Amino acid sequence: MSRIAASWSRFTGIVVKELIQLRRDRLTFGMMIGIPVLQLLLFGFAINSDPKHLPTAILVADQGVFSRTLVAGLQNSGYFDVVRSLRHEDEARQALRAGQIQFLVQIPYDFSRRLVRGERPALLVEADATDPAATSNALAALSGVIDTALAHDLKGPLAALAPGASPVELRVHRRYNPEGLTQYNIVPGLLGVILTMTMVLMTGLAMTRERERGTFENLLATPARPLEVMTGKIVPYILIGLIQVVLVLIAARWLFAVPLEGSIVLLFLVVLLFIATNLALGITISSLARNQLQAMQMTFFFFLPSILLSGFMFPFRGMPEWAQALGSILPLTHFLVLVRGILLKGSTTTELWPALWPIGAFLAAVIAIGLLFYRRTLD
Amino acid sequence: MRALAIDVHKLNKHFGAKHVVRDLSLHVLGGEIFGFLGPNGSGKTTSIRMLCGLLTPDSGSGTCLGHDVVRETAAIKREVGYMTQRFSLWEDLTIGENLDFIGRMYGVRSRTAAVARALDRFGLAERSDQLAGTLSGGWKQRLALAACMLHEPRLLLLDEPTAGVDPKARRDFWQEIHALAATGVTVLVSTHYMDEAERCHRLAYLASGRLLAMGTAQEIVARRGLGAWAVSGPELSAITRTLEALAGVDHVTAFGNVLHVTGRDARSLGEAMGIAAASHPAHRFEPVAPGLEDVFISLMDEVRDEAR
Ligand SMILES: Nc1ncnc2c1ncn2[C@@H]1O[C@H](COP(=O)(O)OP(=O)(O)O)[C@@H](O)[C@H]1O
Ligand SMILES: [Mg+2]
Repeated sequence: MSRIAASWSRFTGIVVKELIQLRRDRLTFGMMIGIPVLQLLLFGFAINSDPKHLPTAILVADQGVFSRTLVAGLQNSGYFDVVRSLRHEDEARQALRAGQIQFLVQIPYDFSRRLVRGERPALLVEADATDPAATSNALAALSGVIDTALAHDLKGPLAALAPGASPVELRVHRRYNPEGLTQYNIVPGLLGVILTMTMVLMTGLAMTRERERGTFENLLATPARPLEVMTGKIVPYILIGLIQVVLVLIAARWLFAVPLEGSIVLLFLVVLLFIATNLALGITISSLARNQLQAMQMTFFFFLPSILLSGFMFPFRGMPEWAQALGSILPLTHFLVLVRGILLKGSTTTELWPALWPIGAFLAAVIAIGLLFYRRTLD
Repeated sequence: MRALAIDVHKLNKHFGAKHVVRDLSLHVLGGEIFGFLGPNGSGKTTSIRMLCGLLTPDSGSGTCLGHDVVRETAAIKREVGYMTQRFSLWEDLTIGENLDFIGRMYGVRSRTAAVARALDRFGLAERSDQLAGTLSGGWKQRLALAACMLHEPRLLLLDEPTAGVDPKARRDFWQEIHALAATGVTVLVSTHYMDEAERCHRLAYLASGRLLAMGTAQEIVARRGLGAWAVSGPELSAITRTLEALAGVDHVTAFGNVLHVTGRDARSLGEAMGIAAASHPAHRFEPVAPGLEDVFISLMDEVRDEAR
């Protein structure tokens, strides 16, 4: 038999064995199905915070003094960080869609002139409201900012314009999640959290279980190679992961009426990549851990930051920079951007690429570490 | 001359500070049944694991079926059948599923037929759908043997295969081993049972990680030059003390109505027995041939004395 055929035979052997064992392990099987349903119901509530420094593009068509004051005022409020590179409306709207900026503020060309005339000029603000918690406070602060900033300039002969009603008409468009529904944000997020938890844990136990039961010695005595064992143990759980995804998506649709704007094929491809990444991490954990307890502890050591720093629990942009840096290593962080993008914004592959490659990089790194630490002997 | 199936030189293995195998050199001929004996913890399992590539020796070199034990473990794994001391097949798979899995791992040709043949040969066919975890010791042992022979290895490494197995199953097992050896398969088997040791072509005796004796049973016994006497008569338990106190007597062991007396030095034991016979006219004293067990116990004493 050729080397490849022999290798394939061993790989399928491990897949079949894992599937049979999974089928006989009722408790685990029930847990895999039970956990998503339970969590979905538990997390049906919102988690709020007050994020600042949200990336904002400001398109200034007006040359007057008031628009400059306004931009400075927005910046001083602490809620908005102006992204200066975006000068055209198309560019800016693209950035909003891709989640690179949270707000797009447009100051029309006759803003200052109309303000002086007391015509209450319009100020157009578009917000990415997929995560309502991330935008609501900033939006609430916005009108206050405008009034304070302009009050400073509206002095002397113009003072008459300052008091009373706001001199500016603020028009806010919440994009992608117009009603600001938290479930729209939470449910896609839950998908990632559930997959992270169950996938890492299940495969995390896979190898340590063999070691504790003594069957690892038998497996080692056969010609099976590390990559065959690792991939063979991953494949059955991909199926389980897909079942979970279908469950959550059905619940998202029927329980919470979460829309599906983008391509379902793209969604499942992204999900597959994410599942494979978590499974590979689990297998790597189980080659590092000495027993099932250690594997469990390592899993939670990974799971906690995933929940806290990924933008699931707290808005990502509301976290301090070091936390954001840590968070952007985690696959869940990027998965959340991807799933929210596909479900709520109908984003395409090119738009999602910046969030796609970090997951792939994580997967490659984890497999490399796993192969490095796979024990080829009983030493 | 037959080729050597196992040819290793001065293998050593430590676990932490513990020196578990010391300078182990073994030569096992092709088609031979080679017995591996020694008390618990003497390093038998560790030695076998080094032979099949599951443990890397700290030092030493050698070959197994012509493949280097350090560098060519992949080739060794393909050609060797290893039966672990503890049952290590999957308890949540059935007998048939276990064999099928092993068949896939070794890339066995026409696997289904090979598995069916193995099931028949070991009388497992009827239980093929039974979960391995629900089998009794004897059946587990048969399954394990069937599994490690499925890919028709040229060398079998069996680690205490008959521990906890009833006498009938043990006899069947040894019949199987001899039949295999007749076809040219080499078998290295570790055991605690003396009757099994005597069924091996050659033996090695290990204690505290050191190889103390190697050869056929007769050679080992003859080389040791032990003296052994049988003492029979009334009130044997009373005379036991007296005999043990005599110079030249190492061990007095009761076997039913006979005391078995052994000594490292056959001459001084003979003198001691002469004195004892004179003072115990009611008893019968007669010299007998020492057995393997006598030799092994005496070897162990020596190791213990040295350690002191
Ligand atoms: N993986 C291990 N780690 C540490 N010590 C070990 C390990 N395996 C065996 N030992 C120790 O090595 C010694 C020899 O063990 P072993 O080879 O199993 O002996 P045997 O098979 O003759 O009973 C024992 O003292 C045992 O405790
Ligand atoms: Mg042992």
